[in-house]
Amino acid sequence: MWRWFHRLGSPRWFYQTSGRWLPWLAVLTLALLVIGTLWGLAFAPEDARQGNSFRIIYIHVPVSFLALAGYYVMAVAGAVNLIWRIKLADMVMTAAAPLGAALTFLALFTGAIWGKPTWGTYWVWDARITSMLVLLFLYLGVVVLRNSFSGRDTAGKACAILALVGTVNIPIIYKSVDWWFTLHQPATIKLSGAPSMHPDMFKPLLVMILAYYCFYALVLILNTRTEILQRERRTGWVNDLAVNKLAVTELVSKEQ
Amino acid sequence: MTEALRTPASQQAVQERLPPELLPPGEGFVGILKRDLLLAFRHRGELANPLIFFIMVTALIPIAVGPQKALLSQLAPGMIWVMALLGTLLSSDSLFQSDYADGTLEQLIISPQPLWLLVLAKISAHWLVTGLPITLAAPILGLMLALPEAGYGTLVLGLAMGTATFSLFGAIGAALTVALRKGGVLLSLIVMPLYFPVLIFGSAAVQRVVDGGSAGAPLALLGAVFAFALLLSPFATAASLRAGING
Amino acid sequence: MNIQFGNFQFDSFQFESLAEFFAMGGHATYVWGAYGVALVVMVWLVVRPLLRRASILNELRQNLKKRQHSLYEESREQ
Repeated sequence: MWRWFHRLGSPRWFYQTSGRWLPWLAVLTLALLVIGTLWGLAFAPEDARQGNSFRIIYIHVPVSFLALAGYYVMAVAGAVNLIWRIKLADMVMTAAAPLGAALTFLALFTGAIWGKPTWGTYWVWDARITSMLVLLFLYLGVVVLRNSFSGRDTAGKACAILALVGTVNIPIIYKSVDWWFTLHQPATIKLSGAPSMHPDMFKPLLVMILAYYCFYALVLILNTRTEILQRERRTGWVNDLAVNKLAVTELVSKEQ
Repeated sequence: MTEALRTPASQQAVQERLPPELLPPGEGFVGILKRDLLLAFRHRGELANPLIFFIMVTALIPIAVGPQKALLSQLAPGMIWVMALLGTLLSSDSLFQSDYADGTLEQLIISPQPLWLLVLAKISAHWLVTGLPITLAAPILGLMLALPEAGYGTLVLGLAMGTATFSLFGAIGAALTVALRKGGVLLSLIVMPLYFPVLIFGSAAVQRVVDGGSAGAPLALLGAVFAFALLLSPFATAASLRAGING
Repeated sequence: MNIQFGNFQFDSFQFESLAEFFAMGGHATYVWGAYGVALVVMVWLVVRPLLRRASILNELRQNLKKRQHSLYEESREQ
């Protein structure tokens, strides 16, 4: 049983297996994104209060989900590396950190743009936006920490510990921000989140959430594959990979 | 190191030539605590820096926003807490640096005493030397920022727990960045999210008392975060030290 | 207008015309701004690893070529 688990940790195995499934995942992601976007933009009914600007929800909500879920993916990958010293897990974690940061930025950005027509201002210190900001700081900490170390193993372990400390603290931070917000929220205005949704508005949201999960997996796998090539570039199979391409292009040019 | 081993029990142990593993762990804690305090007092000039920073920067606020009492007393709870946070952050960098530079840190790591206990001793010494003076100086700042009288007690109590929590979380960042050059700013970046709950509950406690309510709930929550940090930080810091140095 | 797609029947297209679709009831900058930035970020997230992969493989190829070339030169000298 453990042989299976450790084979799972072979970068070469991961690279070859993911290479086979990648095109299908890419097609699925693109299809879901296109369907969801068109549905949300053009076919979902307009919101009574917010008008058409509410359509930003079809990006903002899925991206927020992935931003938070992605942190746990990163932390788990780091923990696997810390406990079982499986380098592939560290490569996944290296890929997951900037991806999560980019998604968190996107969540904040779309949230800010959505806020302008809805609440009149780009930035509002409400609980969810502030929690997203903290999440961005947590991601950036991991990214910057990894870049600061010259030794790869040291970087992997240090970032794993940082991610775990962050994971353990996230519930505390989120709850405290919630508490802080209810403390300071002016009683007259209720800055509630997504209104209770009509099913016709909700269905495209589900599609988009699924689409973004696929998108996350796609980008994570792409980045992990590149990280594998980067780290294993002295090995035989990677050099063969480069050479095979060379062989193919030479064959093609000879034929011409 | 020898000045630290002057307690009777450890002297006896040394005299009986007990191997280090059999020394009671409490001796390790007290030993490190005394050593760090001694080292800190040898550099008495540097000792006062966070405190002076704390007071001076707080004086900047009335200069910047104007001396109207109403405005200042509104800002006071939050600003004092932010200044305390910055003061502690400023000194967290040096928690492990000097020991790393002369090789003592590696000795601590490989010593038979549990590392988390030794780390806790270092953090305690750090708090006694930075957090505690800031806590005791807080009423002066309350005066400078026109904090209403009701808030002083809650401010001091909250800061006592809060600065200790800042030291505990700061130690994790200090351990992760100990081997890095220019780790100071990175340390701030890493630990800042962990500081948020402390800041929120601490300043809210003072604000509530100033507004006439009771500070029980936020102080209790602050205490909970402090207890959590007390449990988590020594182990996380010990793991970070091991990871950050040998890799 | 109604659009049918197999068993699915989409609700009618929500806008009177394509021009209105682009105008988004006055919220055009917000909606298209958000979707536009999202598109740019997402495309970059996908393209960046692909470019990096290509450059790594390229670099490896160059090194192999150089090594082959120098081995060839050596064998010629002998």
